[in-house]
Formats: sequence, C-alpha cells, structure tokens
Amino acid sequence: MARAAVPGRLGDRLRWKTARLADRRPESPAAHTLVFDVPGWPGHLAGQHIDVRLTAEDGYSTQRSYSLASAPDGERIELTVQRVTDGEVSPYLADELAVGDLLELRGPVGGWFVWRPEQKEPVLLVAGGSGLVPLMAMIRVRRAVGSRTPFRLVYSVRAPEDRLYVTELSRDDPGLDRTFLYTRSTPPQWPRPAGRLTAADLTPAGSPPDLEPTCYVCGPTGFVETAADLLVALGHAPDRIRTERFGPSGG
Amino acid sequence: MRHVVNNGKECTFGERRHGMAIVSRGFRGRPGDTHHKLPPGQYETTDFPVLSAGPTPRVDRDGWELTVRTETGARHSWNWAQLMALPSQTPTVDLHCVTKWSKFATEWQGVSLDVLLEDVETAAEFALVHSYGGYTTNLPLEDLLDGQAWIAYRHDGEDLAPEHGGPARLLVPHLYLWKSAKWVRGIQLLLEDEPGFWESAGYHDYGDPWREQRYQGD
Repeated sequence: MARAAVPGRLGDRLRWKTARLADRRPESPAAHTLVFDVPGWPGHLAGQHIDVRLTAEDGYSTQRSYSLASAPDGERIELTVQRVTDGEVSPYLADELAVGDLLELRGPVGGWFVWRPEQKEPVLLVAGGSGLVPLMAMIRVRRAVGSRTPFRLVYSVRAPEDRLYVTELSRDDPGLDRTFLYTRSTPPQWPRPAGRLTAADLTPAGSPPDLEPTCYVCGPTGFVETAADLLVALGHAPDRIRTERFGPSGG
Repeated sequence: MRHVVNNGKECTFGERRHGMAIVSRGFRGRPGDTHHKLPPGQYETTDFPVLSAGPTPRVDRDGWELTVRTETGARHSWNWAQLMALPSQTPTVDLHCVTKWSKFATEWQGVSLDVLLEDVETAAEFALVHSYGGYTTNLPLEDLLDGQAWIAYRHDGEDLAPEHGGPARLLVPHLYLWKSAKWVRGIQLLLEDEPGFWESAGYHDYGDPWREQRYQGD
C-alpha cells in the first residue's frame, strides 16, 4: 500500500520511546536529577512535561507525568524527581533506577505552561518546592538562547537543604533576579523570618503589575492557590497568570 | 515536576501489559489492593487533586448566571435561584483526570443537562462550554444528554469549593475531567466542533479515558 507515513511532529511526540538513564545526580536530600538519552527525541519547550511509563517484570505497568527540567539538548533530557515517602514511582526513580536502566516515555506535552524565547515581556516565576522544575527549564532556555528578557524568580522552600539547583542558581545570570523564601527554617542571619508566601514577597521591584509580566506559578495546590490569589490582588491580570499544580497524589 | 507528590494513601492497579513492553529493571509497583477497574494508564487516589490553568475565579452567586446559546443566537438563562428551583439529582460517579489520577465513587448534587436543555431547539451537534475566568472546553452535544452530564453545585454534601469549580461546574464523568468545566457560565451549541482551551493546546477533542484519548492523535 502506498499510504505515505506522516512523520509529523505530533506522531513523534505521541509514540512511546525507550529512554536509557545516562547519568544521575543528587539535587537535595530528597531529589535527584535523572539524565536520559532518548533516541528520536523531537525537542521541547520550557515548561512542557512528559509521561513516564514503568513496567515490572510481571507486566504490571503504571504511568506518571514529570516536568522537563532541562533546556533542549539534542536527544538528551533531564527530569528532577523528588522522592515522596510511600510513593509508588518516585522512590524508584529517585533512588533505584541506575545508569543504563530503561523506561518508556512520551512527549513533550503541554502548550500552555510554556515560555518561548520569542516572548519579550518580563517574566515572574513563582515556585513552591519542587514546582521549581519547569520554571528552571525556562531559566535555562533563557540563558541558552542569550535572551535579555527580565526574569524574576521567587522560590519558596521549607528549609535551605530543600533548595534545588543551588549552585546553578547562585551563578551570575544577568537579568535573572532571584528571591529565596523559607517557610520553616532559614539560613543564619537571613533577613526574612521563616514563613509562608505573602504579598510583600511578590511586590519588590522587578515585576510590578504595570510592567505586565507573564507570571508562571508552580507548586503544590495550596501554594499555587495562595500565590495566584496574591498576584490577582496585586493587580496582575488573571489571563497573564499561568499555573501548574501538583496535588497530594501521584508518586 | 508535575503531579508527583504522594500521600501514601493511594492504592494502585495499573494495566498489565503483554508483548514487547520495555521492563524497567527492579521496578515492582504495588498493584492489587483496589477493587475498582481503572482506565489504562490511570492510578487511584482518595484525595481530590486540583488542576487549573490559572487563578481560581471568585464567582458570586448573586451575579451568577448560566446561559445556553444556540446556533441561531437564541438564549436560555438561569440565575442561581432559578437553578436551585430545578429538580436536582445526586449522582455518585468516578472521576478520571488526564494527569493520571482516578477517584472513585464521588458524590455530587446538581441539575441534569437533560432538564436544562429540554426546551432548547437546536440542530447543533457540538457544544463549547464557557467558564468564568475564560476557560473553554468542547464536546459532542450528545455527551451532555441522556443522564450523562450535570451542572453540579454540591460535592460530598458541601457547597462546591471555588478551587473545585464552585459555585457550579459541569460534571461529565465519562470523559477526562478537563471536560467537566469548573466555574461554568455558558454552553454554546454549535453546528461544527470548535476546540476549547486544552484542546487547542494539544489535548484530545473527545477525551475518553477508557480509550486513553489524552492527546490529539491518541
């Protein structure tokens, strides 16, 4: 039959591909970055996610979604997985999956919670805990393409040891303004007392509403609800606030 | 990271695959301790996760209105008191979210779309559902009829919370949950299908969890 294959991007994205773990590195006591080689990877936008499928020897199989952490880099992608006690999938990925091991994935998926280098407006990133991961992909793409778009990151974690990508976020990155918030315990002599996100944390110079930044908010549901409500109350237009939430489920 | 936190209460019963599956060395999973049948690729949760694309709209019941608009421009509207005056049902349904969680036997109260659409004259075959906050989703009109869909305003015996779509949301439990538009304010009846918010961003036009229609092309 002469029915031509349609090797379009969509088909590429939706086919399950075999990925091999190429490297892994710890990011925090609970989180590891996993580096995969994915033959046929079609590339992705910052903020997109993938579906991961794990299959056991007995044929049992389950799926989860993970945000991509890395900027596009050929057929190599990175995820950062935070282990959750009693989770079905995250402890396996974070602790057990070894270099050379295989899993299946497909993607990238999602066309809304993304940042494209063509966007010229300022960007406000608001991360709670491991919600930093898709926002880090945006920071990395910005740097990779040499964008001068002003970025401001407000990153809330429980304690200093929970921070992801500490070294990378400490490096000089012109135009990227960084604010760390701690909800339970702070580094020594930290000027802001430990506590949850407030309007004041989102107001300093950098991305006031009148500059009309696009806001990306990612974290646990309660954090995202709070942050998005605060942004609306500060005058940010709801249609410029993009949210990605992970609830108390998954694993 | 997306939807990756686990509170330990879930029980999982994934699919069992045959043939050329790629085995992940050392992965066992913990299948088996649910008696519910899960659609492919889903796992069970006992929580009620939240997934929305933006801030939660705060919608006042005093100003709330639901409007059905047909392809001829005819309008049918109900305010909150009028909705409350309609006969309601209390369906117990299973929810399947495209982000992989399923929640079983959830209890709702709402008005069947059969009641709301009974006197609407239309030749439309498709519906585009509109929400406060600007969200939209599309589905065939027949999927809103015949006891399959409700305008729901109570969940688990409580008024529906804003983050779950209150004061009222569409409930179409036989499709992935993004079709069950939160903060519903209108249903536009159309002769031709028109993609909604997630459908324009690569998600499936129909979204049947049992056929795993997650993305365009599935």
